[in-house]
Amino acid sequence: MTLLGDVARWFADPAHYQGSDAVQTRVLEHLEVSGLAVLVGVLLALPVGLYLGHTGRFGFIAVNVANVGRAIPSLAAIALAIPIAGTLLGAANGLGFWPTFLALIPLAIPPVLTNAYVAVRGVDGDVTEAARGMGLGEAGILRRIELPLALPLILAGIRTAAVNVVATATLGALVAFGGLGRYIVDGLALQEYDRLFAGALLVALLAIAVEVAFGTFERAAVSPGIRVQQGAL
Amino acid sequence: MEFRDVSKRYAGQLAVDQLSFKVPAGRICVLVGPSGSGKTTSLKMVNRLIEPTGGSILIDGRDVLREEPTALRRRIGYVIQQVGLFPHQTIAENVGTVPRLLGWPKERIAARTEQLLALVGLEPSRFALRYPAQLSGGERQRVGVARALAAEPPVMLMDEPFGAVDPIVRDRLQNEFLRIQRDQGTTVLFVTHDIDEAIKLGDRVAVMRGGKLVQYAPPAELLAHPVNAFVAEFVGSDRGLKRLVLLTVGGVDLDTTVARAAVSPNAPILSPASTLRDALVRMLASEAQVGIVVDRDRYLGVLTLSTIGRMIRDDT
Repeated sequence: MTLLGDVARWFADPAHYQGSDAVQTRVLEHLEVSGLAVLVGVLLALPVGLYLGHTGRFGFIAVNVANVGRAIPSLAAIALAIPIAGTLLGAANGLGFWPTFLALIPLAIPPVLTNAYVAVRGVDGDVTEAARGMGLGEAGILRRIELPLALPLILAGIRTAAVNVVATATLGALVAFGGLGRYIVDGLALQEYDRLFAGALLVALLAIAVEVAFGTFERAAVSPGIRVQQGAL
Repeated sequence: MEFRDVSKRYAGQLAVDQLSFKVPAGRICVLVGPSGSGKTTSLKMVNRLIEPTGGSILIDGRDVLREEPTALRRRIGYVIQQVGLFPHQTIAENVGTVPRLLGWPKERIAARTEQLLALVGLEPSRFALRYPAQLSGGERQRVGVARALAAEPPVMLMDEPFGAVDPIVRDRLQNEFLRIQRDQGTTVLFVTHDIDEAIKLGDRVAVMRGGKLVQYAPPAELLAHPVNAFVAEFVGSDRGLKRLVLLTVGGVDLDTTVARAAVSPNAPILSPASTLRDALVRMLASEAQVGIVVDRDRYLGVLTLSTIGRMIRDDT
């Protein structure tokens, strides 16, 4: 029980809210790299997933990308990202933000891609046939019919990606990035377990906060017509 | 609307074979036949959801294959059995789909939506802002018809639109559809596998089998003179009885030699507008063997069972 007390005292210490190692700074760093990685992942994966789902072809691409993405250990991805970032952006950027950012993008892609593909494929064929028969073009069908109907699953995919990325961004501390992983890695190295646990707790809380925020957004963004339908089933 | 030698071939298999027929403007043509007879394929070639392999389809003398598909479809109403309402849009938004695509001003779309909902028997103030999942099957089907009529299309395609609702609702929807169709003067191509529906709704009935047109005739003629054993079997051995649905009491020769006072008091009073089938049912139930035909207060004569029998015999 002394550990809990130590952790509480750690959080109460005003020194931990000052300077470059301040809690709020670390939280912002963590959110920044996670948010950017998810954003880029969504920009890459969502159009591809929507397109594949709409045409109904090349579904194996979506499935295989997802499987490969799940098979790569995050630690290995970060290790691989060091030389890649170094080569692409110069040796000065081989550590810190860039390798962390690059390693997190492939983590965000699989759930976004698979969910978008499955969601658009799953839209009732009668609905798209009626839309086509009334004179909506293919782009119109995708944007006005398939996208809104697939939205709940698409947002669930982005939420999964975001939670995974926020949790995994912790590893960025291993390649000299900041973020909340800093507390865990440093706490371990210095055998300051209050610091380590404070870091772990913050990461967990941040992941939960992201989950809750997305849940709220989903409820606001999804058409009431679809919620009624799901409620009726 | 005219089909000229229209064919559709799938990987060597002929789904529709040299189909040719004309639908006069403002009339309903029903394509009927067993499953796999090519009726739905034929329907979908009109709005180019399926492209014909050969031949041409003309609407108002214009070949649909020369038109841009989306523009063509916006001028053709389309109703399918599963309705395909957009679940994420309100009923009003669903109905306004084609007018929106055509860029109508908002006020005009709103006015048209309200008018259409009233036309199909859905109180606009109650239904406009609801979602499809909140409606019954029959109500959804009405919305489907309203949505297809939204931009006042000269032509409507209907693929088993009343196939998924129960018989009582279906009967009511059919009657309302006939009323609306007469009112709007829309030319309709209607697909069903139900011969009774075909006889009730069609001005012309096209019986199809294996992608070929077997007989194209008004329903009365189809029942009276089926061209071959397939059509005779398809319309049913009770086709004489079915014919009675198409004939009215006022359309047959009544016996005017009998004074009204001489007729049994049990005899049912019939109006000239009622169908011979309804008359027959009421006469059989009354045990009077005859029916008294009265137009408002004027006595026209009596209808006898033998007269009805003659109508059946004549036709078969």
